[in-house]
This record gives sequence, structure tokens and C-alpha cells, in this order.
Amino acid sequence: MSIDVETVRKDFPILSRTVHGVPLVYLDSANSAQKPQAVIDAETDLYAHHYANVARAVHTLGSEVTHAYEGARDKVAAFLNAPSRDEVIFTRNITEALNLLAYSFSNASTFPGAERFALKPGDEIVVTEMEHHSNIVPWQLLAQRTGASFKYLPIDEDGRLADSAIDELITERTRVVSFVYQSNALGTINPVARLVAKAKSVGALSIIDAAQAAPHLTLDVQALGADFVAFTGHKLYGPTGVGVLWGRRELLADLPPFLGGGEMIETVDLIRGTTYAEPPHRFEAGTPMIAQAVALGAAVDWVTNLGLHNLDAHSVALTGYALEQLRGIDGLRIIGPAENVDRGPTISFVLDGIHPHDVAQLLDEFGIAVRAGHHCARPVCVRYGIPATTRASFGVYTTNDEIDALAEGIQKVQAMFS
Amino acid sequence: MTLNVDSMYQELILDHYKNPQHHELIDPFSAEVHHVNPTCGDEVTLRVRVSDGIIDDLGWDGQGCSISQASTSVMSGLVVGRKITDALELQERFLELMQSRGTTEITEDDEETLEDAVAFEGVSKYPARVKCALLGWMAMKSAVAEAEILDEGTSS
Repeated sequence: MSIDVETVRKDFPILSRTVHGVPLVYLDSANSAQKPQAVIDAETDLYAHHYANVARAVHTLGSEVTHAYEGARDKVAAFLNAPSRDEVIFTRNITEALNLLAYSFSNASTFPGAERFALKPGDEIVVTEMEHHSNIVPWQLLAQRTGASFKYLPIDEDGRLADSAIDELITERTRVVSFVYQSNALGTINPVARLVAKAKSVGALSIIDAAQAAPHLTLDVQALGADFVAFTGHKLYGPTGVGVLWGRRELLADLPPFLGGGEMIETVDLIRGTTYAEPPHRFEAGTPMIAQAVALGAAVDWVTNLGLHNLDAHSVALTGYALEQLRGIDGLRIIGPAENVDRGPTISFVLDGIHPHDVAQLLDEFGIAVRAGHHCARPVCVRYGIPATTRASFGVYTTNDEIDALAEGIQKVQAMFS
Repeated sequence: MTLNVDSMYQELILDHYKNPQHHELIDPFSAEVHHVNPTCGDEVTLRVRVSDGIIDDLGWDGQGCSISQASTSVMSGLVVGRKITDALELQERFLELMQSRGTTEITEDDEETLEDAVAFEGVSKYPARVKCALLGWMAMKSAVAEAEILDEGTSS
């Protein structure tokens, strides 16, 4: 079975709207994906019929909403093939998931039993040069707090990790290796197995940022073998305000809390101090994003029904077609892997003599939504000596016709500036 | 190609982008400033030479989108040879126009004084791009302020 895009598109109310009098061509899914009706309905239905706070009310609504919220956790656990539902932590987004880890690691130095997570001067944290700021800044801050060093794996001209650097930079001193599965700026899909194996071989914790991968690549945490995997809901056709951190049960069991508050405690005592709940609730302080988590569950159902292998096949086909179309345009340079191998449906490019902001603004006049800028991954632009790129990214609802519209739009922009 | 009538990309703007005026750093100069737009990375280095309260010459170099580059070009053509006080008045009116979110009527007076700069009126409807149009104007304002301070220092 493959995806019938025209049928899929009917699930997305926003795709029938126009922009500047022409049909919307939404090519910004790597930034945030549009929402199918099922996801919109899930959130509305919860508020309309079942809403109350979770986990603390004995009344019927409290029980219904808790069932829905914890049911979403079960769905995510199945989506990730997690050995236990208790390994799934709801966060606000992937940024919060990565910060949760970085702050919990620094809390480890003063937390009994958590020594394995504590970093000190001489220890090293390794990321890659293609990370978005969410997987750079939390680790730079952690390095600052602990005295550990912050390092990065460089990328080559084609937007791939330089393989030799993996063995050079991940060493016995490395304690944390955190890397992106698929780059949001370049589209590169990284050699996950190689990186996880290397981290393991030196005894470092491995963390996968799967924000861009989740919408089309199977995230089987047991097969991936990493210690932590994070993704965000809004790129997976789910709502904003909810993300997921998955962690190995034995690690989460010893990991100190990040935020303190209600729901994350076992016993609070003003004199003897507080003891903490078991994972996942230890990491979910306060009233969580209830409706959003439930709607994320609906998004997971929606994606699972379509089949991730189908989503990936669609993504590979679109990417191949788009690379071909864009390569045919004079004066266009693709920033990222040129070949459709280990490559996601995100294509960054620059046009000779035309600033990316002008390209994006003019494409918008034709109803085409793309992103321009450094995509919260400024080091990538620095690496290629460019101020910014224009980026087109595709989702399950993207068609070849829309890619044709993009290619045509780019040529119109060029004509205007010629 | 047809674009919306209220498009910010007027032919005049594209002409200035392709053939920017005063796009060369002058020497000698009274003051030099460097302004950047941190959200998009646009930047301009701008030099002015002033004497007796008049902008004798101005030159700039920079990189950025068509709006920022064209606006700096148009501004240069408008203020060179003008009294500093007049140039700053123009700057204020242009700022007002840009911050109007497309609600300000362009008066005949505006057309007479701002000349080509009225072509940027469309930009005011795009809040994200207003700072692009203002980059060169703000740089000019800082540069003449700096030049005046230096001038006072040497004449006293």
C-alpha cells in the first residue's frame, strides 16, 4: 500500500485555504507540520466532554481525563517500541526534553545515587556541527555549570559528518554524545548506529534528537540502542506544546529531577525534605499539557494508520523529485547532500545574487510558504559562508505539483531580479 | 510577472538593489558606524563627511536583502548635500511611515520631500521587514550624531 496523497490532503482543513488569492503551497513542514482533522478533534473533544485535571481528582471527569492522558503515553510507548510505558516522559517540546537532560545531569553532582550523570572538568560533551540551537545551547550551558568541555563533530562540504572525526573526537573523556538524527537545515540523515556504538564503546551516554526523523522514520528505541531519544509533537502532525523524552528505565530510575513541583513527588516534608516519584512522573512537575498530550496520541494513531514505511517512501520520492527539479535551475546551489541517499525531505538552497528573505517573501506572493534564515542552526550557515538559506521541506501532504510550483516560483523570482 | 498591487517589491526598489547609489566607502570621513540586524544578519557600514551642519558626502557598504540595500541607497541619494537637521527630519518621517502598518496616507508633501523613499510604503504592511527598510536610515542618524559630537569637540 502506498499513500494516496489526494485522500490524505482532505484530512487537513488548512490545505484548502488560499494565500494572496492562490492555493496555499505549504513547504515548511520541517518548521512545523499542519494538523489533520483527527488531531484537531481530539483536542477539542477532550475540552468539550472530558476535561478536568489529571491524576488528582476522584471524580468521573478526573478519571476520564487521566485515562486519556495515560492512554496517550501508551500510544507513544508503542510508537517507540519502548520496553516500558514508564520510559515515556511528556515535555513541552524537544527543547525542553534536551534541557531536562542537561539540567538533570548537572543536578546529579549533588544528588545521592546519581553520580553516573555528574560531569566535571576534563569530561567532554560531543554534539555535531549540524545541530539546531536546542541541541547546542543546553550542552554549552551544562559545560559552563560543570567545567566539562563542549566539542562538535565537523561536517564536510556535502553536509555529512566527517567519519574520521567520529573516532577522533569521541574518546574515553566523552561522557555525553548528543546528535540529530536528521538535520533540520541540511536534510542529512546521520549514521545513528555508528554514533551510538561509538558512544557506548567509550562509556558515554547517547542522546538522539529525532525531531525531524519522527515524521517519517521508524523510531524503534530498542533497535536504535541509544540511552535517550527525544522528539516533538508539532512536527509529527500533532499539536504544539507537547514533546517526548524517552529514556532507558534503569537510567531514568537514577536520574535526578529537573523541575520540582506537584505530581513529581512521593512525600513532601518540610523538615525531613522531599522524596520523589518514580519515572515518568518524577519528570512531569505541575499540571501537564493534558489536551496536547491526548492530541499527540491521536497524531500517533493517524501516522501509524498510514504506516511509517509509507510515509518514508513518499518522503524519499518527493525528495528525489525535488532535488532533480531544483538541480535544473541555473544559479541555484543546494546546501546539503546533493544525492537522495540518507537524506530527509528538507532542502536548503541559495540563489546567486538574491537574498533568502527576498526569495521567501516573493514565493509567499505566489502562495508558497518556505522558510528563510539560519533555521536555528546558525553554525551550519557559518560553515558554508552564507548569511542564510531558503528552505523547502515536505510533509505527507506534499505533491509533485507543489514542487513544480516551487521550481516555477524560484524561476519567477530570478526573472524579477535579473 | 504580476504581483499584488500592494507588494513591497516596487520596480524602483529592485532598480536600487541592482544599482545601489553611494555604495562605496568615502575617505576622508567625519564618522563611521556599523549597524546590524541581528534577526536576519543584514549589515551596513556607513561613513559621513559633514561640515557647517551639512552632509557633504556619504558612502556605505553592506550585505542584506533587497529592501535593506535599496532603502540605504535611496536614503543616501536623499540626504547628501542636505542640512543635517533636514536629513533627520526626513528620517523621522520615514520612520513614522514605516511604523504605520500601512495606515498612513502618503501626502503630496511626503512625495515632495521623501521622493523615491515613498516606494517603501508597502513595506510597512510587513512588520517583519520594517527593520530592513530602516537599517540604513538608523545608521545615517547615528553617523551624523557621532560626526556632530566630533565636530563640536574640535571647534570648541
